This record gives sequence, structure tokens and C-alpha cells, in this order.
Amino acid sequence: MRLTRVLLSAFSLAGGRSLPMQAEVAPTALGEKERAEKRTPEKRLSRQRRPFRASRLVELIPACCGLLWFVVAFYPLLYMFMSSLRSQAGFYLDNPWLPPSQPTLENYISVWENGFSLYLLNSLFVLVISVALILLISVPAAYAIARMRSWLTRAIFNLFLLGLAIPLQAVIIPIYAIISSMHIYDTLFALILPYVAFGVPLSVLVLVTFIRDIPAELHEAMRLDGASHLQILWRLVIPLSRPALITVTIYESIQVWNGFLFPLVLTQSPEVRVLPLALWSFQGQYAADVPAIMAAVFLSAVPMLLLYIFGRRQLLTGLLAGFSR
Amino acid sequence: MSMSVTARVAPIRRRPASWPALLWTAPALCFYALFALFPLLVAVYLSFTNWNGIAQAVWIGPANWLHFFSDPLTLHAIGLTVEMMILTWVLQTPLSLLLGVFMAGQQRYRAVLSVFYFLPLLFSTVAIGITWVSILDPNFGLINVALRALGLSSWARGWLGDPGLAFYVVAIVIAWQFIPFHSLLYMTGARQIPRELYDVAEIDGAGRLRKFFSITLPQLKYTIITSSIFMLTGSLTYFDLIWVMTGGGPGYATRILPLHMYITAFMNEQVGYGSVIALVLAISGIALSLLLLRVTGFLRMSSQLEGL
Repeated sequence: MRLTRVLLSAFSLAGGRSLPMQAEVAPTALGEKERAEKRTPEKRLSRQRRPFRASRLVELIPACCGLLWFVVAFYPLLYMFMSSLRSQAGFYLDNPWLPPSQPTLENYISVWENGFSLYLLNSLFVLVISVALILLISVPAAYAIARMRSWLTRAIFNLFLLGLAIPLQAVIIPIYAIISSMHIYDTLFALILPYVAFGVPLSVLVLVTFIRDIPAELHEAMRLDGASHLQILWRLVIPLSRPALITVTIYESIQVWNGFLFPLVLTQSPEVRVLPLALWSFQGQYAADVPAIMAAVFLSAVPMLLLYIFGRRQLLTGLLAGFSR
Repeated sequence: MSMSVTARVAPIRRRPASWPALLWTAPALCFYALFALFPLLVAVYLSFTNWNGIAQAVWIGPANWLHFFSDPLTLHAIGLTVEMMILTWVLQTPLSLLLGVFMAGQQRYRAVLSVFYFLPLLFSTVAIGITWVSILDPNFGLINVALRALGLSSWARGWLGDPGLAFYVVAIVIAWQFIPFHSLLYMTGARQIPRELYDVAEIDGAGRLRKFFSITLPQLKYTIITSSIFMLTGSLTYFDLIWVMTGGGPGYATRILPLHMYITAFMNEQVGYGSVIALVLAISGIALSLLLLRVTGFLRMSSQLEGL
């Protein structure tokens, strides 16, 4: 999902200056919004009441294709889950396409006892600190860019937008050098610092667009009452920006949770392994024990699965980083 | 609405700078400058040095850059990267588009299926790579077991061990991983198409295919461009999945530029030369997005919206 950055950056780099803010973020979003507005409530109703015209026979073709893709998309994941429930002997004897003949949870237990809990904690630690820091520094920056407007904030904003275009691969070598010279190589902080730096541009972008849309009248009213910027931020902007804050939190959490390149380059010891790196080294270590590896893979995605079950909408919006807003 | 935005934007250049604003943005700026902007400059410096990652870096001038354009391994990696880009687009665009339109439909069963379509998005790239390595296993993997059961034993093979096949297999797994994301984009796009267009077309007696080609496809133009830019620039940065599945092999069969950079810099300890590859990656990514935006006239169109 790094791609999101690249695209958004492309817009801003190429035409940022001449475009109004809205279009700068996502030119299509503007068009779509206006089109959506044209769709009156009345029309929406008629859409729901519209009789099901397509004959069932015509619907059969897309339905079959849809079912085919269901198998393609879902079976690999089902395979992962089924394999994680097999015993090691069962894995070689069972038909891999079918559910395990003697399901067992022993793989989960052995994976958990082989340091998985530590890796999980490491991942959680990096995630919580990184995302908290990202929010802590992006929110005031976005507020300043959106509400204390001058050539200076404009320039700072453009500088952040530039960051969206920098791929991780391009800077991983210098980051390794910098982290080593700071003597934090092979610690969890070696991951947190660059994650925060790379989380800032997109977070600022999403937040700025959102904060700009908060009616200026509310802001002015509070100013007239003598509220300071800090009070306005705390009592007006943060409560009203909740959707954007959730989007940013989800997007950055996924980036950090699933990130592989930073841990691969910036850490080494098992004590500071985060989940994706742990999975990779599991694969090297227990190549023959596929069920255990699959259990680890499944376990690593449990938090995301829970998030999907309880907040599917927010998760999908977060994945698009507010792009489809 | 856009008019008022433009009106408010215009005088900004002339406004005096408010220095508290600098204070408010300072923490974010510091992090960002230290770990994103400064490294870019360091990369430029390193690209002119010979460094093994530990000892003192030695300035050697443009030697790394000259080597870049004559190194057969690098040229091979560039070729593969371009091939990967094309393959990515050709595999993913039609499928994502069809799926997106399919999911945008109102039917209940489609909504249920969509819930499952998005599941691959929940797994890390490493998790996906490991799972597919196991699915493609020559002896116990899903694919070969099925082929043998169907009496097609001669088709069964080591999918990732065959230098002629590994590249395509990896491209297919990448497609599997990213199609849900792109179809999500298309779904959101397709849902925004005004219903009236279809109603009018139905009155004119247009069939499903006709409606798809005459309404859906043209209306999704911007989504197609957006998604294509994601795909093409994204394919310049594929690393995790290929690293986990093949490590760039067998031989050099899947060593596209990001892997070539990692192997050169961190395994062969040619950090200076690796920096050249890294910078080329960054430059081509930015250049590609700009080029695509120009060619497709995306910016021109969107700036016309200003006047609406």
C-alpha cells in the first residue's frame, strides 16, 4: 500500500501550485463529489425500488465468474488456516485441498512458545509508539498548515508532499548509516524513528485536507471568544477530525504492522524481531514444519482480522488513506 | 465551492509568515528532514563513494554511475523491472476493473462475496509470500497435488525453481495480492457513476455489454488512470514478496531493481553502487508518475474543474 503515497505525491508534485487544495489531493475526488451531489435523495430511493430487471439467466455469468474469483482469492487463505491445524505427519498424509483429518492446535502452542509472544509484543510496541508519535506531531503540523496560512506554511506543506514521492528503497542505505551512527542499530527505536518520519507526510496531507473543510466560522467564533490556538485545536479541531484521525491511525498501523524492509535492514537479534521478520526467519528455520509456519502466519494476521470483522468500513477507508472520501 | 477555495488560496503568497506556525510544524519537520530528506542527500553522496558499510567511505567520483550503465547484471535487472511493470498492468487492470464493477453491483450475493475478496489485504506481504511458497511446493503444494489428481502429472513442476517460470509465477502472486486493493478503487469509482446514465441507456434498449463499454468504462477513466499510476510506480518497489519467495533467483531470474539494490548494498557490501541503483529507482518512480500524468492529460482535466 505504499503506492498510495506515490500517487498522491504525483498529483501534488506535478501541479500542486496552480490547483486548489481539493484538487491537489485527489482530482477525481472533486469530480466524484460533485457528481454525487447531483444524485438527489429521490433518485436514490427510485434506485432501491427499481424492479430486478435482469433476467436470472443473464446474472448467471457474472455470478459464476464471481464464484471463481472467490475460490482464487479465498482458497489460499483457507489452505493456510487448514494447514495450521494439521499435525506434522498429517500434513504429509492429508490431501491439502481438504480440511485436516485430525485437527490439532499444537502448532499454535508451539509457535507461541517459540518466541511468538515476544515478537507480538515487539510489533505492538513499535506500532503503538510509532502511530502515537505520528499523530502527536502531525496534528499540530496539519493544524498550522491549514489555519495559520502564509507562504511559510505553504512551503512546509510542499516539502511534506515531496516526501510522498520518496520510496523506502531509495533511502534505506543512508537510513542504515544514520541509525548506526546514532548507535541505535538493532533496537526497536531504530524502527520507530524512520516509521514516524515516513508516516508524517501522508498523515499531514490527510489531516490538512480534513481540517480545511471544518467551517471557518467555527474557528473565527472561537477566536473572537479569545481562545488560543491550542484551545481551538483541542476543543474544536480534534473532536471534529475524528474520521481523518481514524483513517490515519489505521493506514499507518497497517504500514508499521506489515513493514518488512526496515526491520530486515535495521535489526538483527531475535530479541528485537517484529512479526514480519519473525515469520521470515521461521520460514528459514522450520522449513520442513509447514503447519507451524502457517500457524505463525495466521496468528500474525489475527489483529487485522479482528479489525476487519469489527470495523470493515473504517479499515477499507483507511487502506485507501482517505483517497475515496 | 472550488471558486471560494481558489479565492482564499490566492493571496497567501503575500501574507506575512506567522512564526508560531514554524513552532507547530517543527517536530514533524525534524523527524521528516532527518529520516527522509537528509538520507536522500546522503544517498547522493554515497553514490560517489566506495564503501563496504563499515570502514571509511572513499570518494571515487562518478565511477559507480558509469558502471551502472555498463553492468550486464544491472541491465538485466532493468529489463526485468520493465517487464514486471508491463506484466503487472496487463494482469491486474482488466481483472481489478471487472471485479470492482462486479462488487459495485447492488445484488446481495455480490456484497457477501466482496467480504471475502478483500481478505488478502489483511495479510502482510511476508505472510502472503510464505503461504504461496507452500502452495507452490513441488511435492506437497496445492497446485501440484491438484494437477496429479487430474492426471496432469507432467504439468506438475517446481514452480519457483524453474528459471523460465519463476518470474511469471511471482508476477501472478503479486497480482493476487494487489488485485483486491485495485478492485476496491474501482468499486468506489463505479459506485459514483450517476444512476441516470444507466436508466437512460436502458430506455434506449442498451444491453449489459453495451452499458459496460459505453457508460461504465468511460466513466471510470480517472479511476483507471489513478490505479494504473499506483500499479506502475508500485511495481518499481516490489521487494518483500520476491525476497521471501525466491530471493531474486533462481539464478537472476526474478532479481528486479529493488532486489538488485538490496543484494548489492547489503549482501555484496557495495554500498556506493547500491546507492546509485536506489537513486535511479527514486528518480524513475517520480519521473514515471509525472510522465503518466502528462500523457493522460489528467492534470489538465482536473485544473479545468477549478472553473466549475
